[in-house]
Amino acid sequence: MSTAVPTVKRTAVYVYQAPLRAWHWINALSLTLLVITGYLIGSPLPTLSGEASDHFLMGYIRFAHFAAAYVFAIGFVFRLYWALVGNRWSRQLFALPFWRRRFWSELWHELRWYAFLEKEPRKYIGHNPLAHLFMVVIITVGGIVMIFTGFALYSEGAGLGSLSDRWFGWVIPWVGQSQDVRMWHHWGMWIIGIFVMLHVYTAIREDILSRQSLISTMVSGWRMFKDDRP
Amino acid sequence: MPTTETFYEVMRRQGITRRSFLKFCSLTATALGLGPAYSAQLAAAMETKPRIPVLWLHGLECTCCSESFIRSAHPLVKDVVLSMISLDYDDTIMAASGHQAEAIVAEIRKKYKGNYILAVEGNAPLNQDGMSCFIAGRPFLEQLKEAAADCKAIISWGSCASWGCVQAAHPNPTQAVPIHKVIHDKPIIKVPGCPPIAEVMTAVVTYMLTFERIPELDRQGRPKMFYGQRIHDKCYRRPHFDAGQFVESWDDEGARRGYCLYKMGCKGPTTYNACSTVRWNSGVSFPIQSGHGCIGCSEDGFWDKGSFYDHVTDTRVFGVELNADRVGLAAAGTVGAAVAVHAVASTIQRVRQPGDFGDRTPGGNPGADDPAKQQTGERS
Repeated sequence: MSTAVPTVKRTAVYVYQAPLRAWHWINALSLTLLVITGYLIGSPLPTLSGEASDHFLMGYIRFAHFAAAYVFAIGFVFRLYWALVGNRWSRQLFALPFWRRRFWSELWHELRWYAFLEKEPRKYIGHNPLAHLFMVVIITVGGIVMIFTGFALYSEGAGLGSLSDRWFGWVIPWVGQSQDVRMWHHWGMWIIGIFVMLHVYTAIREDILSRQSLISTMVSGWRMFKDDRP
Repeated sequence: MPTTETFYEVMRRQGITRRSFLKFCSLTATALGLGPAYSAQLAAAMETKPRIPVLWLHGLECTCCSESFIRSAHPLVKDVVLSMISLDYDDTIMAASGHQAEAIVAEIRKKYKGNYILAVEGNAPLNQDGMSCFIAGRPFLEQLKEAAADCKAIISWGSCASWGCVQAAHPNPTQAVPIHKVIHDKPIIKVPGCPPIAEVMTAVVTYMLTFERIPELDRQGRPKMFYGQRIHDKCYRRPHFDAGQFVESWDDEGARRGYCLYKMGCKGPTTYNACSTVRWNSGVSFPIQSGHGCIGCSEDGFWDKGSFYDHVTDTRVFGVELNADRVGLAAAGTVGAAVAVHAVASTIQRVRQPGDFGDRTPGGNPGADDPAKQQTGERS
């Protein structure tokens, strides 16, 4: 290793604008809180002793869930808005190049890279195709499903005629009945929770092994490339 | 059967005192959530309006709705509303039988065309071209369509008529379908429950008589005043839920103390009914008060939603029953293990081929000798 001069050429692109980065980290926080509290609503903690008036544990857990849900939902709406006014990479979350052949061939290449069959991944300014696919399916589609089923369930407690009932109450008969909505919302929790595991792992791995920066990009917004080759 | 006879006249003829009659009116007004002023309006309606004839048909069912109805808390209901209905047609409890009984249906249809209420208990099996469930030699499906053609509105009594209930449970061999899947051109009031609460049944009939219109219904066609809230919303054990105090197993300390039955699979949080307010058998009790969770009998397809004793129930997807928690935990474990293995494999590969990624020794990378960090960032 030479110690005299920097030997690595790095180019950088400003990819993620500040509001988008803020959204990402707020989302990360709210999703973490949502998954944990959601699990605890489905499978509550062991019974507390003493008088009911001494505790309000489920109440607090549910409050945290609902508060985080509002943050997530409002963030989601903001993210939609930002896709309209933000840079070209802000639109990736809502647009999958389904009909582009190149997308699928690159997706295949990325899968081979993860299966240790390719020596080197390709460079991407935005998401790589695999990440892109996952983001659209889990965050966009999954997020919409969770918001709709979540607010439909929230409307049950808020009551007939409440805002959530007027906007999302129709989801319950559309899906079937209350228990069905509950179970699909519960499946969604597992899917998003598992996605978070994968997301964190791949972000760290890509940051180390790929040809571009990942984690620092979500902090600073700049995508750094470690080499100049195409 | 004089057409001008009012409910009140029938009541008096049956020996009901005016005092008892007024008590019935105030009780019903309260049950409907109308407030004290309306009991006078109810009384006036009962005194002046000619009673609406009711045809009560029985399809594929177990008669638990009728059993519930005749156990209505207020004696007046049993003595009056019931006898008035039996004046018309209810094959289970009317005096007439055979051809005489069937003649009543035809008579009501002709005499009160477009003006009678059709109450349906049970539902119609569509399998074998609907040639099942024969009553008086004719399939129920045919009778239902006939009777519905001239009625004013339909009351779907119970979960059978409202949703399909046990006979429509998977795999539904007789292809039993709720009333709204057969009759499409009449207003249908669903009064689900297996059975529905007696007071709810009588109150629905009373409301329709008093105000001459069907009660306000929710999205699924159930009267809002009784099905607008979940059991959970008005449950007397709700404070234990909010506090986080649950029955963990049958007969544990929590069960003795009357803690929340959520963990025992109580479907109160997903069931719309009035059990926790109106209760059963003259307001004596309801399942949760008796220490057993709600099984959600007034909800659509409650037989097919997994165990009555699980809170996280099975999800039926293309014939396979999956429990979200079991699958979720297994998937999380598998993914976690896969991530660990993949991370180790990645590390090994990285160590073996250090030159393949990122930093390179001088000369190894064309153009890498430019020390300047080029920032070609674009903002669009």
